[in-house]
Amino acid sequence: MYYLWVFLIGGFVCMLGQMLIIYTNITSARILVTFVLIGVALQAFNVFAPISEFAKAGINVPIIGFGASLAKGAMAGAQSKGLIGAFTGGLEATAGGIAAAVIFAFIFALIFKSKTK
Amino acid sequence: MDEKKRNEAYNRYVKAKIPKTKAWPSLFNSFLVGGIICCIGQGVNDLIMLWFPSMAEQTAWAYTLIVLIFIASFLTGIGVYDKIGKFAGGGSIVPITGFSNSITSPALEFKHEGIIYGIFVKMFTIAGPVIVTGVVASFVVGLIYLFI
Amino acid sequence: MKKNQTVKFRNKPRIVGSYSIVGPKEGKGNFAPYFNYVMKDDSFGEDSYEKAEKKMFEHAIVGAIENAHLQPDDVNLLLAGDLLNQIISSSYAARNFNYAYLGLFGACSTMAESLAVGASLIDGGLFDTIVCATGSHFSTAERQFRFPLELGNQRPPTSQWTVTGAGSCVLSNNGYGPRITMATFGRVIDWGINDVNDMGAAMAPAAMDTMLAHFRDTKTTPDDYDLIVTGDLGKLGSEILIDLMEDNGVKLGLNYNDCGQMYYTRNQNMLSGGSGCGCSATVLNSYIIDKLRKGELKRVLFMPTGALMSTTATQQGESIPGICHAVVIECDEENVDKYYKKVSTSTAYKTTKGNRKKGE
Repeated sequence: MYYLWVFLIGGFVCMLGQMLIIYTNITSARILVTFVLIGVALQAFNVFAPISEFAKAGINVPIIGFGASLAKGAMAGAQSKGLIGAFTGGLEATAGGIAAAVIFAFIFALIFKSKTK
Repeated sequence: MDEKKRNEAYNRYVKAKIPKTKAWPSLFNSFLVGGIICCIGQGVNDLIMLWFPSMAEQTAWAYTLIVLIFIASFLTGIGVYDKIGKFAGGGSIVPITGFSNSITSPALEFKHEGIIYGIFVKMFTIAGPVIVTGVVASFVVGLIYLFI
Repeated sequence: MKKNQTVKFRNKPRIVGSYSIVGPKEGKGNFAPYFNYVMKDDSFGEDSYEKAEKKMFEHAIVGAIENAHLQPDDVNLLLAGDLLNQIISSSYAARNFNYAYLGLFGACSTMAESLAVGASLIDGGLFDTIVCATGSHFSTAERQFRFPLELGNQRPPTSQWTVTGAGSCVLSNNGYGPRITMATFGRVIDWGINDVNDMGAAMAPAAMDTMLAHFRDTKTTPDDYDLIVTGDLGKLGSEILIDLMEDNGVKLGLNYNDCGQMYYTRNQNMLSGGSGCGCSATVLNSYIIDKLRKGELKRVLFMPTGALMSTTATQQGESIPGICHAVVIECDEENVDKYYKKVSTSTAYKTTKGNRKKGE
């Protein structure tokens, strides 16, 4: 039954993004930046984990999850390795996602063409 | 200044003149599509956990995101994602799939300028800020964490 | 007292030939029956949209010369401009023609700018035959001014759709066709609009300024024209213009309209309407000139507007300056039939779409 929660929370987060678009007229790059920052903040104040506990994909799939894992990585890195961990931790934790986005973008850019509307 | 006042008055007038569209339909669409994308993510995660029960939760999430990124990138390539985006707005921008779309779409768009100057250089024109803010903010958090 | 901005032409140069070429979407719009050529696919057989835009230009220029029953060697000068950086579409297209060339940039007002400059040069007896051409392409404009095509974002209700199309016409003192009688050169007007998705509002004050200057200089009123047409203010922009004119004591009636607003059908759902150089250029070179030739329109005030902005300036927080040039085109009533009599004997001119296969 947790799928209902995933749907409701995920949908709600996305709806917040849409509200930002409608009421403040900002572009998608700014929305992504805003939500990444929200994710970093949630993690920094240790509230991401309890939300993630029952929201699962509802909070991990939105870009908030990406921001949270960046912050989580940096925090864990700082704890285990000290200063260098604060540098490396964030990207280490999210390297998979960034690399995947780059690799697939490259492959599909070679295969497909952008279509006119 | 006279001109400044005129400009302000004109801006106010234009703002009032802009047709108001109903917000609810688009909010509902974004809710629906965003929720569905998250459910797909949850489904993928559950399947991974089902097939590889020994996998650490964090690794499973990483795979889940990679699968979603792959799907979004592919849908962008075949020209479907922007149609979803037109319908869903924030519903398809906020999930990680929107991040993938914002990397794949400029890569496709600037293909004609060559692989290095087109695809490589332009790939992060939209998503670059996301990575920069993420890295800087997480570093700051890590640094603060170091001292407390 | 403001300086005079209007030129009255003594010799009244004629528009002796015109040609319009549009993309598939525009070919389903309200002006569909009037276009000379509708592309099946807007890449026009080229591998990039910039090249397609350039090819549209070549196509339009050749078409207009053919339409005027002239030989390619008869042309003295080419006046052209477009929206892309360094106006590459027109300049690169001009490589293929053996004419003197002046590149113009007036953003979406380029059609009127080229007509006004061309008519002045002909009226002064400096040149015999001048070709004016402008155009725009949705996909090239989108990438330069907005986002990649495949990015999944929504367009705000005030945004406009850049028309894929190019229009070209031949000006000359000889031959038959509607005459350019007056031109008002506009000033750059900026009333502090920052929103790049609301070009209509940014350009409307410029249209108002030029319109007021025109009526003042020529001592005419809106009722003196069968049609007053702005370029691409869109639905919102043209409503603003009507309000602004009313504030200045000029009432625009049913003879006023806007190309961008009229361009697409309701079902195409183009929000605030069409925009781009191609918007006013294709409407002028199809519908308006057609009606002027037949005598169904007698006197038209054609005044496309342009937003002279760049993405760099916008990102640095600059507001959007607008410009508007106005040209008065009148039907040559004594010779209404002559043009069509001449055409009926020629095979070159065909209004039905798709008859012309190649640009060359």
